[in-house]
Amino acid sequence: MLLPIFFVCWLSFFKNEILSFPPEGYTLRWFKALWLQPQFAGGFVTSLEVALLAMLGGLAVGIPASLALVRSQLPLRETLNTLLLSPLVVPGIVIGTSLYFFLIDVEIATDWPLTGSMAGLVFGHVLITIPWTVRLIAANLVGVDRAIEEAAMNLGADRWRTLLKVTLPVIRPGVVAAALFSFVVSFGNLELSLFLVSPGDTTLPIAILQYLEWKIDPTIAAVSLIQIAIIAAAMILTNRFVRLSQVV
Amino acid sequence: MSSVSLQSVSKSYGGHPAVSDFTLEIAQGEFLVLLGPSGCGKTTTLRMIAGFVEPTSGRILFGNRDVTDLPPYRRNTGLVFQGYALFPHLSVTENVAFGLHMRKLDRADIERRTQEALRMVQLEALAERMPRQLSGGQQQRVALARALVIEPEILLLDEPLSNLDAKLREEVRVEIRQLQRRLGLTTVMVTHDQEEALSVADRLAVMSNGAIQQIGTQRELYNAPANQFVAGFIGRTNFFAGVMTGPRRFRTESGLDVAVATSAAPERLLAIRPERVRLGNANGAANSFVGTIEFVSYLGANTEYVVRLASGDAVMVEVHNDRAESTEPFAVGSQIQVAWDPDACQLIT
Repeated sequence: MLLPIFFVCWLSFFKNEILSFPPEGYTLRWFKALWLQPQFAGGFVTSLEVALLAMLGGLAVGIPASLALVRSQLPLRETLNTLLLSPLVVPGIVIGTSLYFFLIDVEIATDWPLTGSMAGLVFGHVLITIPWTVRLIAANLVGVDRAIEEAAMNLGADRWRTLLKVTLPVIRPGVVAAALFSFVVSFGNLELSLFLVSPGDTTLPIAILQYLEWKIDPTIAAVSLIQIAIIAAAMILTNRFVRLSQVV
Repeated sequence: MSSVSLQSVSKSYGGHPAVSDFTLEIAQGEFLVLLGPSGCGKTTTLRMIAGFVEPTSGRILFGNRDVTDLPPYRRNTGLVFQGYALFPHLSVTENVAFGLHMRKLDRADIERRTQEALRMVQLEALAERMPRQLSGGQQQRVALARALVIEPEILLLDEPLSNLDAKLREEVRVEIRQLQRRLGLTTVMVTHDQEEALSVADRLAVMSNGAIQQIGTQRELYNAPANQFVAGFIGRTNFFAGVMTGPRRFRTESGLDVAVATSAAPERLLAIRPERVRLGNANGAANSFVGTIEFVSYLGANTEYVVRLASGDAVMVEVHNDRAESTEPFAVGSQIQVAWDPDACQLIT
């Protein structure tokens, strides 16, 4: 698992333009070249925007959904749980294709310009963050002693204030972890985005793919290194709030 | 503070009754204990008073106010949970002040009353600590302060001592009792520990299978148990099944002919407390039988014996050690006389 990542990191410092082994020497010029390539800078900004919006969207669905799953006595809880986790089971390519057709249909019916729009892209990314926000937050919520919420109600807090003053603050580690993890899932996503971006305004993983189609030089390793660093930082941070090995 | 009135309260879960036809009046300032084994419905009853469980039928009144349909946050009860249920993200002070904030009191008032409550449970020094930095006993006192600071109409205690070690448990139970007396709190406590129940209660309601078996003071329950369950649950006792054979005569199934003090007709069970049985010198007692010592256990203040009578019955005997004997006066295997007075006999239907 780690070996390819190690090689990518190593390659990004190679001096020779055409990848060969062993390297002729080491340089930082590929990192410098990155800033001069608009598709990478643009892709980076787009990815960042999409990931942040998808993160907020994921939380907006994940928090209420987790509360419903863990705290309510809804008759269809198991079904709801399966439904919310289903984006994990369906391959990204399949979600991407079907979402693309769905957006076209909606666009024809309503005249809203959805295909290739930011809204469509964020919508798709929210879908794939939902299983993670639900799992992380629900796992945290299961560990919260019900008596704490009852104590709040006994002291005069209605359901809403119990949620705001007690439940949410207590599950904050799970919420923060869910936010960071959603960010990672969205930021690194390729197969879903392929169907939803518009030409010229792509996400970082797609910019990398497009570059690879006509050229292989250490630029690609350099940009990957930056992406890996961001994702790794988010994961390490997440792990500080929730042991990821318990939910992933 | 107000009185509490439970009027034919029942609760069933999917047709299975957890509490049935529970009627109880708790006077203002009274300390009532709900006592029973686990699963007897005592916690469900407490949770119905607090408002977490909705009764299937019946009414609950605080004073003259019908609270049956009120949610927990409108009832103004102070509940101390078994595991304390402190808010882990709030400091001791914030925990105690929570209920006052919910009542939207002004800042100065909240601060003054929180300080008072912390002083009352001697926790001023730990006011800024987080709950996880406190010992079990300290957490328990925070929970108590948090429940009392809102000046509840009723204080509810759900097995409040079960998570403390034995020595601390005795201290805290005395503290709770003194506080309850001083503040005149109407209190309902749930416990399965009969010693704990006997030591704090004004009155006890013994429960089993979702129903009240007997309500009364400690002495009433111990000396005049209403049925076999109460006789066996409060303290220990020797049971003999049998029938009345004449005025003040009871004949056990094993063939013992026992003189009893009362003559109520259809009694089928005789109960005799171990400490009312004498060993050795029978001295012309009304009831005296010969037996063999089968088991001796020396407990310091008392010694407990099991004596096997010629009839085959095993009798528990508890002797108070009022002199410091250096050796056991009654050895295992020795023949002995056991005796008891007619008024030691409790007759139970």
